[in-house]
Amino acid sequence: MSRKLFKFKGGVHPPEHKAESNVRPLHAAPLPGKLVIPLRQHIGNPAKPVVEVGERVLKGQMIGAADGYISAAVHASSSGIVTAIGPAAVPHISGLPDLCITLSTDGRDEWIAHAPLDYQAMAAADLRMKLRDMGIAGLGGAVFPSAVKLDPGAAHSCPTLIINGGECEPWITCDDMLMRSRAGDILQGVAVMRHLLGSTEILVGIEDNKPEAIAAMQAAAQSLDFAVDVVAVPATYPAGGAKQLIETLTGRQVPSGKLSTDIGIQVFNVGTAYALARAVHHGEPLISRLVTVTGHVLRPQNFEVLIGTPMHTLITLAGERDGSTGALMGGPMMGMPMPDLEVPVVKATNCILVKSNALFPPLPKALPCIRCTRCADVCPAALQPQELFRFAKTGDFGRAQEYHLFDCIECGCCSYVCPSHIPLVDFYRYAKSEIWAREKEKRAADLARERHEFREFRLVREKKEKAEKLAAKAQAARAQAALDQAKPAGLAAAAAPELAAAPSDADAKKALIAAALARAQAKKAGVVPKNTDHLPPGTQREIEEIEARRAKIRELARQPLESEEKKP
Amino acid sequence: MITAILVMVVLAVAVGLVLGWSAVRFKVEGNPLAEKIDAILPQTQCGQCGFPGCRPYAEAIAKGEADINQCPPGGEEGIKKLAELLGVEPKPLDEAHGAPKPKSVAFIDEQLCIGCTLCIQACPVDAISGAAKQMHTIIAAECTGCELCVAPCPVDCIAMVPIAEDLPHWKWKYPVIELKRVA
Amino acid sequence: MPSPFILDRSSVTQVMAWVLAALLPGVAAYVWLFGPAILVTLALATVTALAAEAAMLKARGYPARPFLTDLSAIVTAWLLALSLPALAPWWLIVTGTLFAIVVAKHLYGGLGQNIFNPAMVGYAVLIVSFPVQMTQWSGPLALTETSLTLAQSATVIFGGDAPKATLDAVTMATPLDALRTGLLQQLTVDEIMTQPIFGQFGGAGFEWLAAAFLLGGLLLWALRIISWQVPLAFLAGIWLAAGFLHFFDAGRFGAPWFHLFAPSVMLGAFFIATDPVSGATTPRGKLIFGFGAGLLTIIIRTWGGYPDGVAFAILLMNLSVPLIDQHTQPRVYGTSGRGKEPPA
Repeated sequence: MSRKLFKFKGGVHPPEHKAESNVRPLHAAPLPGKLVIPLRQHIGNPAKPVVEVGERVLKGQMIGAADGYISAAVHASSSGIVTAIGPAAVPHISGLPDLCITLSTDGRDEWIAHAPLDYQAMAAADLRMKLRDMGIAGLGGAVFPSAVKLDPGAAHSCPTLIINGGECEPWITCDDMLMRSRAGDILQGVAVMRHLLGSTEILVGIEDNKPEAIAAMQAAAQSLDFAVDVVAVPATYPAGGAKQLIETLTGRQVPSGKLSTDIGIQVFNVGTAYALARAVHHGEPLISRLVTVTGHVLRPQNFEVLIGTPMHTLITLAGERDGSTGALMGGPMMGMPMPDLEVPVVKATNCILVKSNALFPPLPKALPCIRCTRCADVCPAALQPQELFRFAKTGDFGRAQEYHLFDCIECGCCSYVCPSHIPLVDFYRYAKSEIWAREKEKRAADLARERHEFREFRLVREKKEKAEKLAAKAQAARAQAALDQAKPAGLAAAAAPELAAAPSDADAKKALIAAALARAQAKKAGVVPKNTDHLPPGTQREIEEIEARRAKIRELARQPLESEEKKP
Repeated sequence: MITAILVMVVLAVAVGLVLGWSAVRFKVEGNPLAEKIDAILPQTQCGQCGFPGCRPYAEAIAKGEADINQCPPGGEEGIKKLAELLGVEPKPLDEAHGAPKPKSVAFIDEQLCIGCTLCIQACPVDAISGAAKQMHTIIAAECTGCELCVAPCPVDCIAMVPIAEDLPHWKWKYPVIELKRVA
Repeated sequence: MPSPFILDRSSVTQVMAWVLAALLPGVAAYVWLFGPAILVTLALATVTALAAEAAMLKARGYPARPFLTDLSAIVTAWLLALSLPALAPWWLIVTGTLFAIVVAKHLYGGLGQNIFNPAMVGYAVLIVSFPVQMTQWSGPLALTETSLTLAQSATVIFGGDAPKATLDAVTMATPLDALRTGLLQQLTVDEIMTQPIFGQFGGAGFEWLAAAFLLGGLLLWALRIISWQVPLAFLAGIWLAAGFLHFFDAGRFGAPWFHLFAPSVMLGAFFIATDPVSGATTPRGKLIFGFGAGLLTIIIRTWGGYPDGVAFAILLMNLSVPLIDQHTQPRVYGTSGRGKEPPA
């Protein structure tokens, strides 16, 4: 079973702190009174709400539908009443609110009718759509809709399927606990993935600091009807990064700017495989996940948590302690500080790490970069972080891109080792979002330029067309007039065509205007609103209301004029 | 003496021919400098610079008839880029042409709109949909925030709404490194 | 404050402290082999550097604490002091240190911003301006009839009334000077090497000082404070260049071992060329940087106007760092070619 492993470049070994939370058994968190379910929990378009305030929903009922291909649905995590659909606090570093559906749970936890899927009998595309509608998204952190990742595409298949049980971030143990306790279910999900992707080689990469998880997965793999290679990989942060795990297991690198499927490899987190198994074999959409609650709490442990549960209820459950200095979603290397603890657990929440000054002392002030290149030594993307820092700091974003800023995976290794304590990753995030914003602005400007140019062109064309039309009409009228005149006074007109032309021109114009006026009158009288027959009474009432409002506005618009007339 | 003159004449004619031929052969359509300037301008088409749109302003700058500091939506950064392109010193924005404002889009109060089409005619990027006696609506994604539709509206139903920061538009801020003593 | 929320224990202070610690074997060997005068020089340079650093920080509006405690000024002071003749007059030490800190470091923008290695700038200024005083090397104790105590050394350095005879008795031309003078007198290398100043494979005493610096350098490498590329390439550059010349005309060019075990080479290879601020940053760049410095050292020693070339070689290579770095960008994960690519 020993497989040749490859070493990815760089990496660090921060203290693991896994033993705090992986010694207590897994518990289901109790049902909270209120669930706040954000509609944007995945990469891509946010889900569109499909319920209304006041509606009763059942556990597992879809409350937000997937919008487009790269999207995923969201579901009610328990039964209850929809109390609000609107902006609410979400777990994002900015503290900005986002569209959420708030449920008041009724405690009955009543499931909507659901049944297992016969995935082998289903068409692949239908199965993928079904998974999208069941809200399956990557639970490793990126929350990319799994249905999209499970599409090997028309041209290429995906021979290698890698299941990521790396979990290299310090403190986090939810994947470890999941593998220890539900290895069989995970591999059931892997079977579905294998079915959809047509993979021939299945590798499970687990860091060698999780021997129980490796043993559990290996045992579960014995009973499968296909081969799964459970591989222990050296524990080095960030060995659990998808690109790093691919390199460790296969020795291949994902080309810059491309997807791993381009080299025939797809990677899923163990949590995603488990969610997929629940969806296919039990018909359950993604409404819960494992969350590690650790750090400055009395009983660090893992919970099975309903999506939408407020974070502070979990911290209370794990035993809140005095002296907390806020909480992170995720681990200490890549986690995000939470603006407040009312925010809900979402699909991306793998860990709630409560900070304290003892565990996470405030970072020392930064000194200038001394170009020691320790950052370059540990960078798993083989970048030159010190150069990227220089470019980002001075706003030289073009150079930053030339030096492959966008190959940075923001793992934090560079900041971790920097002897000058420079928040390097922060500078890269800033530079990236600045570049994106500028590209967006550029696109908007290009669109505006195009539309403006088209408008100019249109105006010129309309003017020309009008002029041509007028000229043609005048010509026709003139000919007609000449003909009319020629009939009664044939010879006279022929003898003096110049004399006759002048008055006839004026007459023709007059006639034209009169005709146009008459046409306009006729049109005005004859205008009938379209599609107004057989209207339902509700719409008819609405139309009447609008007409009444318009009449009133017209009235209002006229009034000041009248009053002005009276003034002098 | 005669030879020298002949040589010079022949040379002059030959070079003249080459120049004339290349002028025809490699003719550059339009004004490349104006195009480069136009690419920097924000394409708001607001006319605050005193020209009827970004392109005419770009052409005026290229001809040296207008200064580079007349574009409020472009702001200081736009001026800096123009200065870089033209190899001149950047200068502060000419306040006579207005001050930079937060990016906004127009919003029509549909309760008030009487469907007069005046705003549609004013919009430089055709970002207002509607027809005579029909309610008008701004296509927010295409609105440049030029404010040209605000003035013509007879019932003052158009307001400029600053684009609020939301999650998809949120940006990472420049990290603050405190090094200098806070005086 | 976003992630990461944990830091490795490293700090600039720690890095600089290790560099100073790694210099201690060299300092000890210096005292043992050449007498305690170097201690006076080191102390004087340290005090001057700290004072200059504090003054410059104040003038530039920077807080003094984090920058004085980062020890970088002391590292500069020690490297300069160890490059100077131990019995150089006090004003020479002060001038060199001041120039290093004020001009080469702070006028370029302070810590992390200097293009040139400050200690080497200070050294270059002194050797160009005061070539005579720069020859007051104390000879190896094994060769001099008399030796100076710490107090006597201080008296000499601070310009006290040291009898000229005493000074002559304790100072001596360095092996490199001796080689140079000998060659100018049309002597062959073999003839020159019979002089007592030459030892087993370098200069008498000097070779052991060089070995002590090598020991400290290996410590820095073992701690991963310096990378292997710069010192190895530097030494390889010296070895190859000197070996090449020696191979073709052993009579006119010194042996590679002799060139390698000049103290300035070991100090330069492990402590000065490895200065991260003014050195190359990419792995291949470091190789080029080190090798170039080694090559230039031999060229300057052989054909230049000064007996030693380490300082000028490193300064010249400092100058080419941006170019080296730009053309030696390593292959980024997932990209095919080396170096930078236009944005996609």
